[in-house]
Amino acid sequence: MIVVEDLHFSYPNNVEALKGISLTIKDGEFIAIMGQNGAGKTTFIKHFNGLLKPASGTVRVDGEETVKTSVAALARNVGFVFQNPDNQLFSETVEEEIGFALKNFGYDKETIEKRITWALNLLSLEQYRKTSPFLLSGGERKRVALASVLAWDPQTLILDEPTIGQDHDQKEKLRQFIMQLQTQKKTVVIVTHDVEFVAECNPRVLLMREGKIVADGIAKNILTNPQLLSESSIVLPQIAQVFTKLSSLGLPKDVIDIYEAKEVLLRKAKESHVK
Amino acid sequence: MSVFDGLKFRKVYSPIHNLDPRIKFIYVIAIFIAAILFSQIIPLLLLFILQIPFVLLAKVQKQWLRSLRGAAFLATFIFVINILSTYFTSNFSLTALNIENAASMTLRFVVLVESFSVFFLTTSPDHLGLALEQTRVPYEFAFAFTTAVRFVPVLAEEAQTIMDAQKARGLELEKGSLLKRIRNYIPVLIPLIVSAIRRSLELAEAMESRAWGATKKRTNLYLLKLHRGDVVLIAVTATVLAVALYALLFVPIPPISSFF
Amino acid sequence: MAIIEISNLSYTYPGASKPSVNDVSLKIEKGEFVLITGPSGCGKTTLCRCFNGLVPHFYQGELKGQVTVAGKDISNSQTFDLAKHVGLVFQNPENQLFALSVEKDVAFGLENLGVPREEMRKRVDWALNLCGIYALRERSPHEVSGGQQQRVAIASVLAMQPEIIVLDEPTSFLDPLSAEKIFEVIYELNKKQGITVILVEHRLDLTAKYTDHLIVMDEGKIHLEGNPRDILYSDETKLIGVGIPKATLLYKMLKKDGLKIGGKTPLASDELAEELLEAFGKQ
Repeated sequence: MIVVEDLHFSYPNNVEALKGISLTIKDGEFIAIMGQNGAGKTTFIKHFNGLLKPASGTVRVDGEETVKTSVAALARNVGFVFQNPDNQLFSETVEEEIGFALKNFGYDKETIEKRITWALNLLSLEQYRKTSPFLLSGGERKRVALASVLAWDPQTLILDEPTIGQDHDQKEKLRQFIMQLQTQKKTVVIVTHDVEFVAECNPRVLLMREGKIVADGIAKNILTNPQLLSESSIVLPQIAQVFTKLSSLGLPKDVIDIYEAKEVLLRKAKESHVK
Repeated sequence: MSVFDGLKFRKVYSPIHNLDPRIKFIYVIAIFIAAILFSQIIPLLLLFILQIPFVLLAKVQKQWLRSLRGAAFLATFIFVINILSTYFTSNFSLTALNIENAASMTLRFVVLVESFSVFFLTTSPDHLGLALEQTRVPYEFAFAFTTAVRFVPVLAEEAQTIMDAQKARGLELEKGSLLKRIRNYIPVLIPLIVSAIRRSLELAEAMESRAWGATKKRTNLYLLKLHRGDVVLIAVTATVLAVALYALLFVPIPPISSFF
Repeated sequence: MAIIEISNLSYTYPGASKPSVNDVSLKIEKGEFVLITGPSGCGKTTLCRCFNGLVPHFYQGELKGQVTVAGKDISNSQTFDLAKHVGLVFQNPENQLFALSVEKDVAFGLENLGVPREEMRKRVDWALNLCGIYALRERSPHEVSGGQQQRVAIASVLAMQPEIIVLDEPTSFLDPLSAEKIFEVIYELNKKQGITVILVEHRLDLTAKYTDHLIVMDEGKIHLEGNPRDILYSDETKLIGVGIPKATLLYKMLKKDGLKIGGKTPLASDELAEELLEAFGKQ
């Protein structure tokens, strides 16, 4: 569980990036943090594994204050996958890359072997076990980076912009993967601009603006609020855009899912005999 | 990263900043030559004092003093070595003149370092790059210089991100023996180098796509023109050199110790 | 005559086991706005680089077939010659800007071409204004946002006044709002300046509405080509794994379930909304 109390943070150039955030994330939640560039999203998530420490206020991960704990210690429970996989790939083989963190955390050889195999299979990378990560395609490198973080099975997984540069199929696989993690009661936090992706997943959404959380609710409610979104320069998901324009038909306003949209419209059509 | 902040040129507008870098450079070389010509302390002191109006006009006092502090270590080292070598080579005796000579050597070093410091503090990389382009330096070098400067902040940020990413995988950069700590930097260096290579490839593609190499006679959007201030500086430079030469040839300069 | 003609193009990167582009033929007319899409690795990026000669000259490798761009055969023309006719804007905004100020970057191509200073100044200001970044001209590229950087990249290509501009996933790293702004700039360039635009994109929900010539690639070949309204409605496209706009998908689903809705496949939310209002209006 992550508990944040009145978090304030400023960068060395004295710009206050986080202006008093309070929040609780329970185990097993799926959260999407959204907001404009510069709202403080990445600054905020870096507090969850101690990369950044609060200037004032507290951040507690499983009861431990991050101020009192090292990044390495916090990392055991909070896995962080950065946006660009090339910022972490350095090993000669995919196998070594995945084993890196396990070695750092001091697991014994047998466990490391088991975990590596498990992670490789989880992300369909077994065929690349002995391949150099640098020879893989962009999408494959992203999977290696993800595998190397999942390898030590952290309770919480943070993904910074996981959908950038991914095509439709890759995004769909990612969505399914997150659903799988959810069934294992893992906490997943993503930072993203991708409204369509969030609309498909329907997680809890935290909307940030100028260092504060300005909205906290499920995607359905937040992504259908045109005022909130325009203040954060976010575009409504397509389905929501359609429904805003259909307000004269008296349809519900909080539809973001395509299947729900179909049902609602077909029902309305039956009522008005347009079928 | 605070280290790299020092390399980020601050856009200050002062008469010194606006001077043509080529003229500034010639001035610095003139100071360099004058400093080498003299080994007595009085002219060296004068040369040092000559820097001060420039520093004040350019409003870079704080940074200049900081670089002075940096040079102080090496300067002290030079002074001590000088004193010690004179001491041991002249039968364990030290005269006031010896000390003065050691001080002169040190001061000469300081003058050299400080005049270059003023140059770099008051010349933006853009300006410097432009100057390089407009002298007979081959364009490839000027381009390499400006591109390198352009990417310094980018690389610095990337280095920080890479360190964060690896720390988030349990890498502890501060722990362990010296050897272990050096090895711990491999997971930081490799991604940085690979990224630099990838970046240069992308840059090369972009350059090719914008007609790189189309003609040997490259033109330039900007033109460095000499202004009033530059003419004044040329005059100052010429005066300094003339006075220096005259003094060297015709004016006997007593050491300070002779006044006591 | 078409401004771009490609016949039976196949290209293999040095050391690769199979071609990235496999027997591709296509024709693009002057003034068109062409959209190319397809799953990762389908060859669209390689195809982009054929348009301005980076393939084969920069990458070497094996090229078969014929590519004629603005009347020039790319195999026999130098990249810097082709650069006068075809501008290429890349995915990563940061890595295509090298100068220390925005306007110097925009001038870069012109400096390389040896354009005299007065003419250069005019063209740089013109390009800056068309892309809406004149106010940023003295800023350093690192100080401006990703969306603004891409506009600088577009301006620096525009300044060379090419007949064709190719953009390879220019908004990958940008948020949807900045992406929309980029597409608007590109669309204006196509409509008002008559520049032929070739845009490679995944985000069909934002871009399909601009074009009537859509090309869907997969595994190095062109699988589908034609009007987006036909292509995105067909079932085949879904199989290739292309991200069909939700508005189009919903339309298709409703139609299949018997909803009496108009015949024109919508590509964007406003089009779908219009059709729905019409359909429900007919009570």
